Amino acid sequence: MHEVTLIVNGVPRQARVPARRLLSDFLRHDLGLTGTHVGCEHGVCGACTVLLDGQPVRACLTFAVSVTGQEVTTVEGLAKDGELSPVQRAFAECHGLQCGFCTPGFLTTVTAFLRENPAPADDEAIEAVAGNLCRCTGYQNIVKSVHRAAELMAEEGP
Amino acid sequence: MAEAVEALAAAGADGKVLAGGQSLIPLMNMRLAAPGQLVDINHVAGLGEITAEAGGVRVGALARHAEVEASETAFAAQPLVRRALRLVAHPAVRNRGTTVGSIVHADPAAEMPAVLALLGGSVRARGPEGERDIPAAEFFTGPMESSLRTGELAVSAFFPAAEGGTAIVEVARRHGDYAMAGVAALVGPDHARVACLSVGAVPVVVDVTEAEGDWARAARIVRERIEPEADIHATADYRRHLTGVLAERALKEAADA
Repeated sequence: MHEVTLIVNGVPRQARVPARRLLSDFLRHDLGLTGTHVGCEHGVCGACTVLLDGQPVRACLTFAVSVTGQEVTTVEGLAKDGELSPVQRAFAECHGLQCGFCTPGFLTTVTAFLRENPAPADDEAIEAVAGNLCRCTGYQNIVKSVHRAAELMAEEGP
Repeated sequence: MAEAVEALAAAGADGKVLAGGQSLIPLMNMRLAAPGQLVDINHVAGLGEITAEAGGVRVGALARHAEVEASETAFAAQPLVRRALRLVAHPAVRNRGTTVGSIVHADPAAEMPAVLALLGGSVRARGPEGERDIPAAEFFTGPMESSLRTGELAVSAFFPAAEGGTAIVEVARRHGDYAMAGVAALVGPDHARVACLSVGAVPVVVDVTEAEGDWARAARIVRERIEPEADIHATADYRRHLTGVLAERALKEAADA
């Protein structure tokens, strides 16, 4: 068993877990943060995407023990003071989700993407979400949500 | 690093190195791999460096694909490295996966083994008996098999600058998927060769210097030399045809680069 400490959404969290514990399971089972969803468990679907030191990674392809001491942002950490983040609001406004299973992965991926590219062209927005699968929406409204989130962020400033 | 090499040697055939885990962990999640012991090198100091060396660039075992892709040092030494990395999976996987890990994984459908083979690069391995450089031509021995010995840790890979222009093209069913076929090409003043993905047990390097700039002829040479297999995505004939088309395209692009 290993002592793993992570800064999750700004709060230090600790648990004793086996070396084999995936970051996705660590978040869900050991910390009770079930917002991070587990879809394919082999890195294809993107539902489990979280931000590790600000960069999107697959939580299902990372062992918790490997990232001890690092910062993780999950979908629970996107809203600030009870208010949804611009990316979350854009997805709600543009119907960028239906069943919502894939949504946490899209939200974290798009949050990191817009930080690097605040005004993406259409093909850039499409490529940004190419690593996340959604079986409901057909992606059109997700791409719209990316653009809308960029607008909201530009209006509201940092 | 000494501790990692020691742990790996102690684990013997039961041991496996964990770096980015973007190939190993899916295999473990699907129960296709069940190593008895993992030697996690993620906290080993000094393995993440990307350094310019005489005639090329050296990439450390912990340099993530995304870091190598963004590295101006690597791009200046050999622009093919960045171009090929943009075809490797998706950004979220490249943020964690390592370039050396992808080479050691030795998947014949992967881009970076083909790039290393095309350029005639090498892998530096450290084991209980010391360090050695393994040329790419001797490194890849089969699908997911390399000539690394039990207890050896790949500490870096060297990508030569290589004289001439380079290019890489591929066709995948979906963006970010493994390619059905792909070709990396190098064209210099007196040499031309390609490395083909997904058409053999290892990256297949074909010298097409004799085509003398007739890239359609080069494509025919490539088609004769490869032995693709069929799978659910493509028949062997289709892969052979596609590889020829891509070889012609990549060679043209490399010649103009």
